[in-house]
Amino acid sequence: MSDTIRQRVERLELPFDERGYDPWGISRRHLGVFYGALGLLRRYFDVHVHGIGNVPPRGRAMLVGNHSGGIAMDGAMVIASAFFDMDPPRLAQGMAEKFINRFPVASVWASRTGHFTGLPEHAQRLLEEDRLLLVFPEGAHGTAKLFPERNSLVRFGTGFLRLALETKTPIVPFGFVGGGEAIPTVRNLTAVGRLFGVPYVPVTPWIAPLPRPVRMDIRFGAPMHPEGTGAEDDERVQKQVDEVRDAIARLIDESLLERGEKPAHAAEAP
Amino acid sequence: MRILVPGIAGGLARHVALHLVQAGHEVAGLDARPWKGAPDAIRIHSMDIRKRAAEEVFRRFRPQCVVHMATVPANAADPEERYRINLGGTRAVFEHAAEWGVEHVVFVGRHTYYGADADSPLYHTESEPPVALGSWPELADLVAADLYAATALWRLPRMTTTVLRLVYTLGPSGHGTLASFLRWRRVPMSLGFDPLFQFLHEDDAAAAVALAVEKRLSGIYNVAGPQPLPLSAIVREAGRRPVPLPGFLLRRLVGRAGLPGLAPGALVHIRYPIVVDAAAYARATGFHHRWDELRTVRSFAEAFPAPG
Repeated sequence: MSDTIRQRVERLELPFDERGYDPWGISRRHLGVFYGALGLLRRYFDVHVHGIGNVPPRGRAMLVGNHSGGIAMDGAMVIASAFFDMDPPRLAQGMAEKFINRFPVASVWASRTGHFTGLPEHAQRLLEEDRLLLVFPEGAHGTAKLFPERNSLVRFGTGFLRLALETKTPIVPFGFVGGGEAIPTVRNLTAVGRLFGVPYVPVTPWIAPLPRPVRMDIRFGAPMHPEGTGAEDDERVQKQVDEVRDAIARLIDESLLERGEKPAHAAEAP
Repeated sequence: MRILVPGIAGGLARHVALHLVQAGHEVAGLDARPWKGAPDAIRIHSMDIRKRAAEEVFRRFRPQCVVHMATVPANAADPEERYRINLGGTRAVFEHAAEWGVEHVVFVGRHTYYGADADSPLYHTESEPPVALGSWPELADLVAADLYAATALWRLPRMTTTVLRLVYTLGPSGHGTLASFLRWRRVPMSLGFDPLFQFLHEDDAAAAVALAVEKRLSGIYNVAGPQPLPLSAIVREAGRRPVPLPGFLLRRLVGRAGLPGLAPGALVHIRYPIVVDAAAYARATGFHHRWDELRTVRSFAEAFPAPG
């Protein structure tokens, strides 16, 4: 573990005990190794981060963004950004797919680094403890996007918004561009995935889902403060979900324009 | 107050009884097992709670409070006997308590009620149902006893009922499920898994149970203290060596080759965590643990250094 990473891990504002474990079992030692690997991955890619100042330095917040295909490189780079680009660094806690907890080793590393199974109980409790939650409302359908769909947005669930309302949590939207270029998926093998207990295995032109060292853009938008209690009917909640989805679409387009690419959502704008 | 403790010879029950005596209560116990060296202040009736003579103790002693600790863990006794002790015994306690005007019954249950599963959340609240009974069916009678005790909350409204779901206990007495698991030099782990374990120092656990008596709580409460720790960290802190084994080897080797015994169903408990939220109990009683997680493990390790 490099000194920089060690110092940043020590500056994470989490209630670690003298052996370096927090009440969720998150471990300083595991975080050091994890961020060391993420740091290398960040250098392998060319990551451009915009608007990190929109992420609150303290207190509960929900980072809500898009998956951009392949495997969840987007999640990894957002987690890395909250750690390397914020001062003080923050642990962005992803909500892991349920299958991860069934895998030996993956189960330990996911939980020691703060990425617990995506259960509403976990999300609510973490927010009530004023933590930073990373949410992809597209779920596994988002990571399953094929290369031509990489910058599109599939259906958003409403659970994240109800949770934000119930816990009075600001939503920081972010648009992610580049995941699809890193792992350009031409096909998802669901039958092979089932054999391994995962939703699918992505296939790239070079077969294995090994990432290319491409440019990635993470663009954080201004925090949104949804209004309500979480008990509203679906129609009202859906309206606010659409606002978050539109904000993410705009952030994706801004990044695409900056990269000199054609916006993916301009035609959808109201 | 006159307090009867069925199961008084058990490791934790002894601590609870001593706490209650120190607090000035008149304590009697029921247990078929002996408690050598029990203080004179505690009268122990050597009998099984399910026998007719047990009712005579209720009739004569007229307890105002009963602290029911006569249950056995899922890895103890054969299934039929365990079922009779856990469910039959609990039923007898509540029937006698209702018959003889006991004002308050405290059922001391276990946090393993919630079960361990890959999909279950950390920090179970009292409103959650048990899960994963299929993976450890031996837990069924303890779950049934817990739920049966809870029915007294509406069946016996004139009596106050407290159902406690207590985490593992650990300490210098070496009693309890976790202490037995840590007793040997090598402690088996499921390769690639390292669940959180939640435990209380036995003194804190006894104080917490005694507090339920003092506060005369009504309802169902999780009882826990310091933050949980990964099993590997507990094992190392206790001066033992974790031995990670793949599932198929683990099933064959537990109870042999210098490893502690483990019921087949218990293997899921060294793969996935059971962690409870005990905030409601702390709010209701003001309970706060005195021993943190590391001092608790060390207190066990000092009393039971790693053999060999």
